[in-house]
Amino acid sequence: MGKKRHIRVMVAKPGLDGHDRGARIIARAYRDAGFEVVYSGLHQTPEEIVEAAIQEDVDMIGLSSLAGAHNYLFPRTIELLREKGADDIDVCGGGIIPDEDILKLKEEGIKEIFTPGTSLDDIVSWVKANVKTR
Amino acid sequence: MDSVAEKVIAGDIRAVARLIRDIDDGMPEVRETLKELYPSTGHAYVLGITGAPGVGKSTLVDQMVNHMRKNNKTVGVLAVDPTSPFSGGAILGDRVRMQRHSMDEGVFIRSMATRGHFGGLTQSTRSAIDVLDAMGKDYIIVETVGVGQDEVDVVKSAHTTVIVVIPGMGDDIQAIKAGILETGDIFIINKADREGADKTMSDLRLMIDMDKKKYEGGKWKPPILKAQAVFDKGVTEILEEIERHRQYLLKTSGDLQFRRKKNRVQEELIDMLKKRLIEEVLENLTETGQFDQAVDSIVQGKIDPYSACDDLVLPAIEFLTGESGKG
Repeated sequence: MGKKRHIRVMVAKPGLDGHDRGARIIARAYRDAGFEVVYSGLHQTPEEIVEAAIQEDVDMIGLSSLAGAHNYLFPRTIELLREKGADDIDVCGGGIIPDEDILKLKEEGIKEIFTPGTSLDDIVSWVKANVKTR
Repeated sequence: MDSVAEKVIAGDIRAVARLIRDIDDGMPEVRETLKELYPSTGHAYVLGITGAPGVGKSTLVDQMVNHMRKNNKTVGVLAVDPTSPFSGGAILGDRVRMQRHSMDEGVFIRSMATRGHFGGLTQSTRSAIDVLDAMGKDYIIVETVGVGQDEVDVVKSAHTTVIVVIPGMGDDIQAIKAGILETGDIFIINKADREGADKTMSDLRLMIDMDKKKYEGGKWKPPILKAQAVFDKGVTEILEEIERHRQYLLKTSGDLQFRRKKNRVQEELIDMLKKRLIEEVLENLTETGQFDQAVDSIVQGKIDPYSACDDLVLPAIEFLTGESGKG
């Protein structure tokens, strides 16, 4: 209570990818770190994710993608946030993302990409260090 | 520049979302905004949906929203999920069942965590109801798991309280009877295709009939309905009963401004005072380190807790009365 901001994050599954075990484990790790985590559910469009993130007033969106469509879905999310004047919401990504795509995605505005093998502690520490409650 | 309140009344989604965040985080500046919004509240019809985890509350809310939208009514949803008492974090998953409404401008969905300490939930949920009300939503649905005094209080801020159970919850019904069940205006047996729906129906009916004195003289007697929310079965009937209850409230009290009736105002003002006093006094004690000092002294056996409490509270009272004396 009182003047203390809780970090709020949204864990989202964009596109047709139906594998959300990773996303749920991340959600759980965030919860254990004391964050409030809004989980989107499967098969969300970037439009739906951005609208939900705005309504929920989250500080960060974590996009999980294991099906290869990240090069469209991730930048599209950034683009929509800009259109809505909500680009103060940070976007991170995780999942099966080839190394050669990571640099490009970061150029498009994705703050960080977490690939398989990254420890949960590292991810949580990164969020704590880099995501500011606005 | 428009004030936050003006933006909220104009339906600015970001302003609404941010304001609810500030309310939740206990930012003192929201008080001015809420004051400004208050005259614009009192128009929405507030529904409380409660029941044990897994009975299908979110799915039911999703279907209800769908029906309401077909009737061109706008809807605000506040979905409350528990905060972990260990980490302070929460997983807010109610949206998963309601995602089809996220692109609909007539629907605003917000997940809230119970946050725990000092009964803040009741106060912040009521304030969030006020915000969505001022924003112009026709219906506001508050969904909670319905355990604990806080959540009972939240549900009491609703015009109509809907309690959702599932077949086979016979003994569990007894367990929740003393608390939230007494506040139910409509009972739903969801997942009614499951075995034991009729038994649950008769259990509930028996329980309601035991209170039959309460319903004498045309007083509202809670109906019990079967539903299968996931297939949209029985949802129309639920909305009809809600409308019937609304008509009943209108007939018996003349208007729907029950939160501005004396006993409700008393109750809500007490809650608000409690929260404010805790904020002003306890926070001050925590910040100055006096609270921790007192804890240490008690632990070390230097002082008893009763005297420590006196030492902490009396200066605060002096401070408060001194302040008002100056004015």
